[in-house]
Amino acid sequence: MDARSQSPRYHFLAFPIVGALLAALPFALHNNYYIGVMVFIGIHTILALGLNLLMGYAGQVSLGHAAFYGIGAYTTAILTTMLKWPPWVGLACAPMVAGLAAYLIGMPTLKLKGHYLAMATLGFGMIVKILFVEYYPLTGGTSGMTGIPPLSLGKLQLVDDRQFYYVVWFFALMLIWVSYNIVESRVGRALRAVHTSEIAAASVGVDIAKYKIQVFVLSGVYSGLAGALYAHYIRFVNPDPFGFMFSIQLVVMVVVGGMASIWGAIAGASAITLLSQVLQRFEDYEVIVFGAILVLVMIYMPQGLTKSIVDLTARRRSAKPSKPEVLP
Amino acid sequence: MDLTSQILQYVLSGITVGAIYAIIALGFSLIYNAVEIVNLAQGEFVMLGAMLAVYVLQAAGVPLFAAVLIAIVVVGGVGALLGLAAIHRLKKSSPLSLIIITIGASIFFKGVAMHLWGKDALPLPAFSSGDAIEVHGAVLVPQSLWIFGITALMLLGVYIFYERTSFGKAMRAVAVNKHGARLVGINVNRMVVWAFAISAALGAVGGIIVAPVTLASYDMGTMLGLKGFCAAILGGLGSGGGAIAGGLILGILENLGAGLISSAYKDAIAFVVMLLILFVRPSGLFGGRSADGR
Amino acid sequence: MLVALVAGIICPAVGALAPYKIGGLFAITGPASPLGTPERDTALLMEKQINATGGINGHPVKLIIYDTKSTETDTVLAAKNLISQGVVAIVGPSQTGESLALLDTASRAGVPVISCAAGVKIVQPVNKWVFKTAQSDVHAVARLVDYMKKKGINKISILSVSNAFGDSGKQQLRIQCGAAKIKILSEETFGDKDTDTTSQITRIRGKRPQAVVCWGTNPGPAIVARNMKQLGLKIPLLMSHGIANHKFIELAGDSANGVIFPAGRLIVVNDIPASDPQKKALLAYANAFKKQYKRDPDTFGGHAWDAIQLVKEALAKVGPDKAKIRSFIENKKNYVGIGGIFNFTPQDHNGLGKNAFVLVTIQNGKWRLTK
Repeated sequence: MDARSQSPRYHFLAFPIVGALLAALPFALHNNYYIGVMVFIGIHTILALGLNLLMGYAGQVSLGHAAFYGIGAYTTAILTTMLKWPPWVGLACAPMVAGLAAYLIGMPTLKLKGHYLAMATLGFGMIVKILFVEYYPLTGGTSGMTGIPPLSLGKLQLVDDRQFYYVVWFFALMLIWVSYNIVESRVGRALRAVHTSEIAAASVGVDIAKYKIQVFVLSGVYSGLAGALYAHYIRFVNPDPFGFMFSIQLVVMVVVGGMASIWGAIAGASAITLLSQVLQRFEDYEVIVFGAILVLVMIYMPQGLTKSIVDLTARRRSAKPSKPEVLP
Repeated sequence: MDLTSQILQYVLSGITVGAIYAIIALGFSLIYNAVEIVNLAQGEFVMLGAMLAVYVLQAAGVPLFAAVLIAIVVVGGVGALLGLAAIHRLKKSSPLSLIIITIGASIFFKGVAMHLWGKDALPLPAFSSGDAIEVHGAVLVPQSLWIFGITALMLLGVYIFYERTSFGKAMRAVAVNKHGARLVGINVNRMVVWAFAISAALGAVGGIIVAPVTLASYDMGTMLGLKGFCAAILGGLGSGGGAIAGGLILGILENLGAGLISSAYKDAIAFVVMLLILFVRPSGLFGGRSADGR
Repeated sequence: MLVALVAGIICPAVGALAPYKIGGLFAITGPASPLGTPERDTALLMEKQINATGGINGHPVKLIIYDTKSTETDTVLAAKNLISQGVVAIVGPSQTGESLALLDTASRAGVPVISCAAGVKIVQPVNKWVFKTAQSDVHAVARLVDYMKKKGINKISILSVSNAFGDSGKQQLRIQCGAAKIKILSEETFGDKDTDTTSQITRIRGKRPQAVVCWGTNPGPAIVARNMKQLGLKIPLLMSHGIANHKFIELAGDSANGVIFPAGRLIVVNDIPASDPQKKALLAYANAFKKQYKRDPDTFGGHAWDAIQLVKEALAKVGPDKAKIRSFIENKKNYVGIGGIFNFTPQDHNGLGKNAFVLVTIQNGKWRLTK
């Protein structure tokens, strides 16, 4: 099951189909609200992709990923408002700065294991958010920064939701493609080996530390880009969206979508983003319903949405129980 | 007020909050020992304990100690239910999806509490009245003494339970080796449920003793839970003594940092120290075995 | 019986015309929910009231309320949702950050937004489409500074919550105390989820100020008041309008007594002389709210009341045209509301002055007008 969902042919087909569907979607949606939701699904997909590489393939949990998202958002905000750099330059610098931050924090923390690593990333996330709040001259403190310019193509300012939708999903699809190639490459196989057993991987000559830091930096880069997109979409940043609760929400997206699955990142980002919109109507009850759904999904689909659904369809098709998973 | 009495004040305030962190950290360790998962709903047990005590006190008009007892028992029951949900999937799920279950549960508890008891903070009366005690220019509120005393009692109770009772020993056996424990006829699932119940009750106690100082609100649990988690990691996950030391160290450092350096960076200081300790000793101060998440 | 009959006659008449849709964005859940909930309740009350009295020029009013969950992302999405449903104006959001996140969306869609949040950044610099009804901290600080000067207090310590409200208050205190030659000996902060502030107060005690100014919203300030009493720091405690609801007194208990803070007139409506031009409006709101919800209203609900009242007046005058509603509000003078008497101009989208605040002292667990 696992092998098939990751097979090249499967992707070869899925990629253009998903791309075409996404390109056509704005013509079917006549409502800017739905487009706005799709923009956020795109941003969350990029975030979930990066975290999924880290959690699903390298087996490292991060509870502070919102920090990289925030670093990306603040980088472009500072560059474009204070230094008046062009937005595209800000957008290009944001992932670099976030990646650099990931490198600096990753060097010491990735030596830690399991819950200790999780706790260290959590601590890092907390510290970064406090810096956003307290470093007033640069970040505007808790009141944040307004007046971030929109992205533009030539003379055309990308202020419209529809235009921004294409920008976000262009990047999201590009990163899906990049991630897919990474996963299928030597690096990907090495990562999976690290996930399965670090000792075994090390004994066959995989440089674990190097791969771990590479993936960590990569996921930081993804998050930084997502943050910059957020900043140019909302055109205002403040520390609140980059706190612990959002880090947790990202982990939830990855696990609910299905770990070690590229499409799981889209599934998880879509499911969690849509769920919180659908639950609007429950008003005071929405928190309760959200918590209950999360518990139930994890109890009945512990592998996440993508794998559980693939499982289900496979079972229907063959009318036989799916084969037990065999690790490579 | 001179610097020494200021520092004394920071230390005393630090021990007061640190004791609460220690109780919460102990709860983390209890569950971690039993099922090797981190229960991120631990902070919500603290909240539920405090909120229930306030509610029972106001609604039923019973004396304070009865309200406290009811709250502890009810929260223990809630913990047992969560334990049941966890063992239901224990074998089929990865530790990560179990952690997500506890996150879901924590969101759920928070939502229920918000709905039942409102969005504002609520006060709980102090256990005894009386003026603050002055020690060398520093001040100690009577409730702090209650916090010290009850925390010490709790820790002693947990120690005796694990070291002196056969039930506690069985639980330790489960922690060391589940398979072996099963072979000698220990009902592992029952032990797991009990671990959840005890750790929930512990959390409730923490919430109740701290509520007269800090007030009770539906969203008090998240931050307290995180700090407790931080303390547990600091001391070494799964170690009882480590949990206590971790809690106290965290509480004192936090207050010293806020007082001597900057209150703006209070939480940052706590987390920086934790990171530094982790870099030097990757399995916490008292973590004997390498605590791998998997 | 007669009432039912009259209502039965009016209702179909109201229903005959297309309803006016007004959007509401309130923090019903999340950290800002103590603000958003009374705002939501007030909005629902007004919808009922307007429709029971025949709507606006015969049009019923339909309020569409969404929860912002106290987050910026959800606020922006909910606003887009409201706009796509054709609302003529948006009332809320409850917090400064959420309101600032809306600036771009509001001006791009051309929808008037009337925020219920305090931060001065919402209306400075002026965004053509964004207004606010909550009093700015500029004026609250001005009242306090006047008071301190009168009492000869010239050395203070500041203790502020680390969120946009506390930050903004701290900035204003720095500016205005500097101008009034009041020395700020130390600036401390506490987190909005902090459970203990003894270390901050110990630090303040070491600085020996003549008064402490605490800027925050519940429950932090209540903890500050309690900790100050516990640590035996017996100097005047001045606070912000963020504590202007019953919760503060309930939480701080005895420690609340003696606290002085600037607030809108709503909470001391009984002490306000009958000659005060706001008295009538205040009583109308207080009585209606009490009748519906069996509890006292608070200032936050008052912000929503003012915002919806402005939209209502605009609708009655210029109809459901967003641009016209915007310019009606921008030019509205002498609107006597809950937060004060509003005089909007193209340069001032808050329209309030220092006199929107009075000083209130807590005595024996009750609010009294400071004489």
